[in-house]
Amino acid sequence: MANPKSAYSIPTKKGKSDTHIIVVWVDNESGVLARVVGLFSGRGYNIESLAVAEVDATKNISRITIVTTGTPQVIDQIKLQLKKLVPVHKVADFKREDKKVIFKEMALLKVVGNKKKVEKCIKACKIFNPVILDKTKQSVVIQITALRRDIDKMSKKLKSLGLVSTSRTGAIAMTRGAETFK
Amino acid sequence: MSKLYSGAEIVFKCLEDQDVNFIFGYPGGAVLPIYDELKNHSTIKHILVRHEQGAGHAAEGYARSSGKPGVVLVTSGPGATNVVTALTDAYMDSVPLVCISGQVPTHLIGTDAFQECDTTGITRPCTKHNWLVKDIKDLSKILHEAFEVATTGRPGPVLVDIPKDIQFAKTKYSKPKQAIKAKIKFHNQFTQNEIDELINLISKAKKPVIYTGGGVINSGPKASEALKEFVRLIGFPITSTLQGLGAFPGDDNQFIGMLGMHGTYEANNAMHDCDLLINIGARFDDRITGKIDEFSPKSKKVHIDIDPSSINKIIKVDLSIVGDVNEVIRATIKRINKKQNGLKDSNKQKISKWWEQIQKWRTKDSLGFINSDKTIKPQYAVQRLYELTKNQDTFITTEVGQHQMWAAQHYKFSRPNRWMTSGGLGTMGYGLPAAVGVQIAHPDKLVVDIAGEASVLMTMQEMSTAVQYNLPIKIFVLNNQYMGMVRQWQELLHEKNYSESYSEALPDFVKLAEAYGCKGIKAQNPDELDAKITEMLDHNGPVIFDCQVDPNENCFPMIPSGKPHNQMILGPNDKEENKITGKGKALV
Repeated sequence: MANPKSAYSIPTKKGKSDTHIIVVWVDNESGVLARVVGLFSGRGYNIESLAVAEVDATKNISRITIVTTGTPQVIDQIKLQLKKLVPVHKVADFKREDKKVIFKEMALLKVVGNKKKVEKCIKACKIFNPVILDKTKQSVVIQITALRRDIDKMSKKLKSLGLVSTSRTGAIAMTRGAETFK
Repeated sequence: MSKLYSGAEIVFKCLEDQDVNFIFGYPGGAVLPIYDELKNHSTIKHILVRHEQGAGHAAEGYARSSGKPGVVLVTSGPGATNVVTALTDAYMDSVPLVCISGQVPTHLIGTDAFQECDTTGITRPCTKHNWLVKDIKDLSKILHEAFEVATTGRPGPVLVDIPKDIQFAKTKYSKPKQAIKAKIKFHNQFTQNEIDELINLISKAKKPVIYTGGGVINSGPKASEALKEFVRLIGFPITSTLQGLGAFPGDDNQFIGMLGMHGTYEANNAMHDCDLLINIGARFDDRITGKIDEFSPKSKKVHIDIDPSSINKIIKVDLSIVGDVNEVIRATIKRINKKQNGLKDSNKQKISKWWEQIQKWRTKDSLGFINSDKTIKPQYAVQRLYELTKNQDTFITTEVGQHQMWAAQHYKFSRPNRWMTSGGLGTMGYGLPAAVGVQIAHPDKLVVDIAGEASVLMTMQEMSTAVQYNLPIKIFVLNNQYMGMVRQWQELLHEKNYSESYSEALPDFVKLAEAYGCKGIKAQNPDELDAKITEMLDHNGPVIFDCQVDPNENCFPMIPSGKPHNQMILGPNDKEENKITGKGKALV
């Protein structure tokens, strides 16, 4: 692209991208999720996962947790643009490596196979607090809570053991200790 | 018990309490109850446009020239979709608009009812915020909040979608004071330390430049006064974006012209070579920066803006001050006068060499052109228009293209709110309806739309509006029979393949004017130009002026694609062989 036939500037070298977890407190009103998600798609930001639910019924506040990747400049823009939205109260941003923050994602895994395979699966899930939600002669539904990348690994691993269906919540986050994000 | 009002009545009560005098709109099925109520409110005048896009641009012209929010009223479905261009335009250029749209009755929403569309969905990315009113009890609160959101912080458009059954439903009315203000996001929290740091940078600078934008205009006329005082106090050169023109007088010696893609040689070189760049209310738009990697490589950068998300979005800055331009500048002036009184003189000595350099760049005369005695050069036409109108308070709107750049380059603005142009979105067809809105706000002032023949045809129907309300707008069409800027880029970038850029089958603009019931004037050669312009100015009514200009003229100077500020293409005057012959003829 030495001499592009365009009046727009050439894209410049991009900085290093990092994964961030953005937490947004919003008024739980109709269209608010569309505003947040629309901002991401409209400005070309990436969404890896999204978790949202009302957390305060009296104040009508929902908490949206978005996992995204971007250069420091893009992450800054995401936060500043989110803060401009009228129903947004506050925005927190955590790096995935941040030790002061807990990140968790829940997954439901359905495995179909003989008893031996099913048992093997349950065993493999052991370190991720497996809960057996349903069990038949040919199948099991296991609930695990873990980090996103651990669940990625698990689903890969369980494929050969008869994993037929995966349902995941997207990551949610909370700071450790007594402090809360203001 | 207090009185119950219908939704339609509440709309007008809100507008009255918000001191709205004009609505730009177009009726339709889903807003009929509101239109029915219009007759009961004598302080609010409705301006009937001929297309909803025109209503939006007229409201923009009204808002930009008056500093008040523009109000638009449209029906559901096509009414709402037609106004989307204007809303996007207002969003890009930070113009406060409140658009009220009708919607199908609540129980029909989602059923693909007649003239139904997802208005709040469609307008979500092009408004600061929008509301669908589902409960009559929320209506007055939402409308007041809409005005608050549109006008505070960085201004912009908002939309309130009101289903027809809500317009009929009845409830109590609540005054704006009771509306919730807590939600409004307003950033004006700069610190004294930041001001001190700015003064520190100012006192150290040897090659400074101030780069101002539309934020100064949006901060109100007081901000322009403050800017003038500030710039004269510290003696720095000042350049402006397209939107910022008029904030600082264009004929002042400290003003080095507009910067950016079609900015002056001295402004762009000053931006490139400076050691301190103070951005006041501008947003480092791509038409300004050119190649990002080589943008002003040697400078410390300061950014003053009310919108925190503008800071470090494109260009990383060394000092950011988030706040209202007027207040930041006033705080800075106060501090300089109090603590650093000597700065005034020491500064001017320190930067005297820098001014010498700027003078050298100025001698390039980058806005120069080779005039002709046979055909009207478009730059010459703008210059003559300026000379013949500069003694009265004139408001200029433009369409988008070459004529817009020539207007920006050759028309000198000495006051804010006199220049209305579509910068961010670049909307062809903006200028004519915008002129309608400006004339509504300033009925006794001269309003001229410097237009191109291609752009103006996009919203030509609004001439009917001008005639209906006897608005004496002057549509000054620089008719070069081309989409000139498209043609110019095709010449420079696409080997002169003028694909579809010729304006085929143009109407006879004089006859067109007469068909609309206004006056048409045609000028074909330079000798008659002054007399014809005077004839236009003397006519007390709307005029379409067909100024037939050289079709091959290009807009220079120009920063070509992907180039930094110091690599501009200059006009034909710069070429050695033209220099001698051209010099005598060029009228600058």
